[in-house]
Amino acid sequence: MISPLNGADTAWMLISTALVLLMTPALGFFYGGLVRGKNALNTMMMSVSALGFVGLAWALIGYSLAFSEGTSFVGGFSHLALVGVGLEAQGTIPHILFMAYQGTFAIITAALISGAIVERMRFPPYLIFISLWSILVYAPVAHWVWGGGFLSTMGALDFAGGTVVHINAAVAALVAALMLGPRKDYARQAMLPHNVPFTVLGAGLLWFGWFGFNAGSALSAGPSAALAFANTMLAPTATLVVWTLLDLRRSGKVTAVGAATAIVVGLVAITPAAGLVSPISAIVLGAVAAVPSYFGLLWRARTRLDDSLDVVAAHGLGGTVGALLTGVFAEKAWGSPVDGLLFGNPKQFGIQVVAILVVGLYSAAASWSILKVVNVFAPLRVSKRDEGLGLDVSQHGEEAYVRGEGALLILKDALPSVVVAAATAATAVSLGVGGRS
Amino acid sequence: MKLVVAIFRSEKLSDVLEALFRAEVRGLTIARVEGHGGEVEPVETYRGTTVRMELSEKVRIEIGVSDHFVNPTVQAILAAARTGEVGDGKVFVLPVEKVYRIRTGEEDQSAVTPLFPPRENE
Repeated sequence: MISPLNGADTAWMLISTALVLLMTPALGFFYGGLVRGKNALNTMMMSVSALGFVGLAWALIGYSLAFSEGTSFVGGFSHLALVGVGLEAQGTIPHILFMAYQGTFAIITAALISGAIVERMRFPPYLIFISLWSILVYAPVAHWVWGGGFLSTMGALDFAGGTVVHINAAVAALVAALMLGPRKDYARQAMLPHNVPFTVLGAGLLWFGWFGFNAGSALSAGPSAALAFANTMLAPTATLVVWTLLDLRRSGKVTAVGAATAIVVGLVAITPAAGLVSPISAIVLGAVAAVPSYFGLLWRARTRLDDSLDVVAAHGLGGTVGALLTGVFAEKAWGSPVDGLLFGNPKQFGIQVVAILVVGLYSAAASWSILKVVNVFAPLRVSKRDEGLGLDVSQHGEEAYVRGEGALLILKDALPSVVVAAATAATAVSLGVGGRS
Repeated sequence: MKLVVAIFRSEKLSDVLEALFRAEVRGLTIARVEGHGGEVEPVETYRGTTVRMELSEKVRIEIGVSDHFVNPTVQAILAAARTGEVGDGKVFVLPVEKVYRIRTGEEDQSAVTPLFPPRENE
């Protein structure tokens, strides 16, 4: 008997897994550049810690709930702690590689939420929240769409995660932003990005990693991956051009933060459609996606909704446009299992709408419940003083841009015990009242 | 005329500027400085190196004001920069011997008086 394992597919999926993993630190740079300097490390750590906490939760529990045999609503427990996940084939690649690849998706999805709650959430409850969220929200939703659950039976199209990843994370982000409330300076002071070059760097690395995200979702190194790859290049080009023109029309100036945002919006929008639509459709999809996100984030900034880094406008609106247009532009001729509305199958559009609503409602309800419970054991919000001081010092005891002058080394045997105790106590930093802008 | 020098927390800068503009005080110089005002120092750790940050960032503003502006200026700063914790900063009022406005060569009182007189109720 010939082994179903395929060397080319395996090689491509090994690379794709590494590419998608890189997206999470890239997201840290993208988000980290957009906040004030006193919160730069905290914002980056929200992504970096997801690599550990969500990655581990995925291996121990999440993968089983998403991809083992179960009901149409959630997987079973047969792969808990990676039991039965070995070198055997899953499709044409080793099962263990499939698990790792899917794990990188769980990590970035949870990290995406952090953009809505930067500069004000205590770090321990954040870690608890994303760990629980990846198990209780991400894993079941991934099962519905990709693990043989009811949305896949219904025929919902989501090539690489427009609904599972982006709409899911954006709705959780919206709920979290509402529950935490706006930052104390929100709409009172100008809060400017402290390092726009980081944001541009992050957007570039996200685009690079996204080739693994979308083309890797073919789970093989064939024509489907090639189409997804090309579409991942093409859709954001159109988004970037349309965004630039909108910027020019509005203010006469083309902004770098806008360009970085446009790239992400284009990538988000093409995600569900990547391997299912023609390249020209991908360009149209990318161009159309720019419009709601562009005006969405202009409108959001005038409201009391402090979705600080516009997760809803970029991932929610971009993901929704992408998921809907997947139901319009999908083409059997380009490898889609079914045609979309434009090619004589209007029913597909309705299925896409249902999938978006179901995932959005579940994510909202479950995210709200998790945050409520976490808040009982670990208050979500930092104190006003810690917020003024900055979360780098108050939550991490570090600064992104430290100068070192006036820093006294604390030696255990050379100082009064009270100082040593202060240095080792986790709460010591919250005593600090020195101001940093 | 006097020179008002104030050193306070940098996170209070926006509040102080807003209060000064409300008090119709225009024309000031800002410097970012580091200092120590007796507050408890934050402790930070970098790979096992634990340090006490003795100096914290502060903002220092300097405003040359004509006599009837001294009190509104000081009161605006006191109210806006206060948190009630050690480390809020200081306000100094210094005598000034001579002032010139570079653009016009005006001297003394007329050089530090804003171009538009303050409102009656200030």
